[in-house]
Amino acid sequence: MASQLEYQLNVVIELVAVGLSLLGSLFMLSLFFGPGRALGGWSWHEALIVQGFYTVLDGMASTWLRPNLSSIVTHVREGTLDFILLKPIDSQFWLSLRTISPAGLPEIVLGLLLVIWGGQQAGASLSPGGFAVVLLMLLAGGLILYSLWFLIAATSIWFVKTWNATEVLRAVLASGRYPVAAYPAPLRLLFTLVIPVAFLTTVPAEVVLGRANAPTLWLGLGLAVGFFIAARQFWLYALRHYTSASS
Amino acid sequence: MRIFGLNRKIIRVLLGTEYAHMLEYRAEIALWALSGVLPFIMLSLWNGSDARDALGMDGVGLDRYFLSAFLVRQFSVVWMIYAFEEDALTGRLSPYLLQPLHPLWRYVASHLGEQLTRLPFAAVITAIFFLIQPNAFWLPSLGHFVLAWLATWMAFSIAFLLQSLIASLCFWSEKASALERLLFIPFLFLSGLLAPLSAFPPFVRTLAQWTPFPYLIDFPARVLAEQPVNLLVGFAIQLAWIVLLLPLVLLLWRAGVRRYSAMGA
Repeated sequence: MASQLEYQLNVVIELVAVGLSLLGSLFMLSLFFGPGRALGGWSWHEALIVQGFYTVLDGMASTWLRPNLSSIVTHVREGTLDFILLKPIDSQFWLSLRTISPAGLPEIVLGLLLVIWGGQQAGASLSPGGFAVVLLMLLAGGLILYSLWFLIAATSIWFVKTWNATEVLRAVLASGRYPVAAYPAPLRLLFTLVIPVAFLTTVPAEVVLGRANAPTLWLGLGLAVGFFIAARQFWLYALRHYTSASS
Repeated sequence: MRIFGLNRKIIRVLLGTEYAHMLEYRAEIALWALSGVLPFIMLSLWNGSDARDALGMDGVGLDRYFLSAFLVRQFSVVWMIYAFEEDALTGRLSPYLLQPLHPLWRYVASHLGEQLTRLPFAAVITAIFFLIQPNAFWLPSLGHFVLAWLATWMAFSIAFLLQSLIASLCFWSEKASALERLLFIPFLFLSGLLAPLSAFPPFVRTLAQWTPFPYLIDFPARVLAEQPVNLLVGFAIQLAWIVLLLPLVLLLWRAGVRRYSAMGA
């Protein structure tokens, strides 16, 4: 963390970038709305909740996923992965939780504010139980995001450079800025089952609004566990193919 | 005879080696081409939304606009700042500066080589698009195609100059690529990559037209999609931005090189 805070100018630039980026996204979202217009059955304030959850997850990605998982690639390329594998601690655990960067914190705060504000304006009233479900679904969403990201990062054992593959993932994840109901049916299916973007933002927002149904929630939890197991198995499989730097 | 340090032989050798170099990275470039799918995601949103009618594009017009925006982006994407930053940090820039060729030409050549490598991937994505949306198929007339090509190259030049301007700041600060993020955000929202400019409220549209961004995507995409657009004004403004940026870049670059002290000094 100290190494990141050293660049004070970068912190200022980061803050400006986060603000501008959120402003731009809200502007883009506002283009879809107008008097009497809705986006896939979602009103402006409801869509703001989706946007807010997207911002939170994006902040989480810059705080936790990007700094950790991008170092896997570096470790593989420079051969330092050997040292990590020799440690008496699980390699996936160590690689995933080694560092935390403060870069995404403002985004997380702004996103949460947006969710709260949008929720209030949309007339959502959340019981403590509902709040717990929101947290649970957010956790499931975070787990899905982590697993997808880790799956791609793990392919660097073979391909070394996976930076571009993460860019493809990011481009697809950007679809989570909007409620999944706004997409045509084939894409909705893709975003629910194959690349479950829907569970990252739309489903938590539905829980906030009190319109989520139980099967969807169970599906989300199931997918989260499934994706996590897949990522785990894939990592173990990849390690069996890891031939170290010199052999 | 050399113009700006270039003659035909140098151009041929530069382009040839850079193309061969980029061919080595074709898998990565394919992924990169794929990561430009954002316009298609936005297209599917716009197509199903209530706000579609306000865009002023009929039937397949919107499909064609977003496909054109995708293609224009593919062939005007600029990443020289990352290459430059790496060269500056690792000291590879020093030998480049000693050569009688302006180092910026080297980056131009590698972008052109990369565009050529990208061409088949962009063609495949376009073909898939037409398979899914056969109604949207069109072949622009030769005149429109040439004009769109020209507009895309002008867009590439503006983007390249803008990024060179920031890259020149690397001579003063080693982390100038953070500034590039600040440039990318207004580009993303004002260029027309996510929504045609006609979707913007009049005030924002006027504001955007005073920035170079709409001439990077919206204008060339409209030319390619054969949307009604004022060609003369569009090209004139593109040219104006190039004329404005070019001397700035050269001045800042020269001042930067004078300040540059390589490693260890």
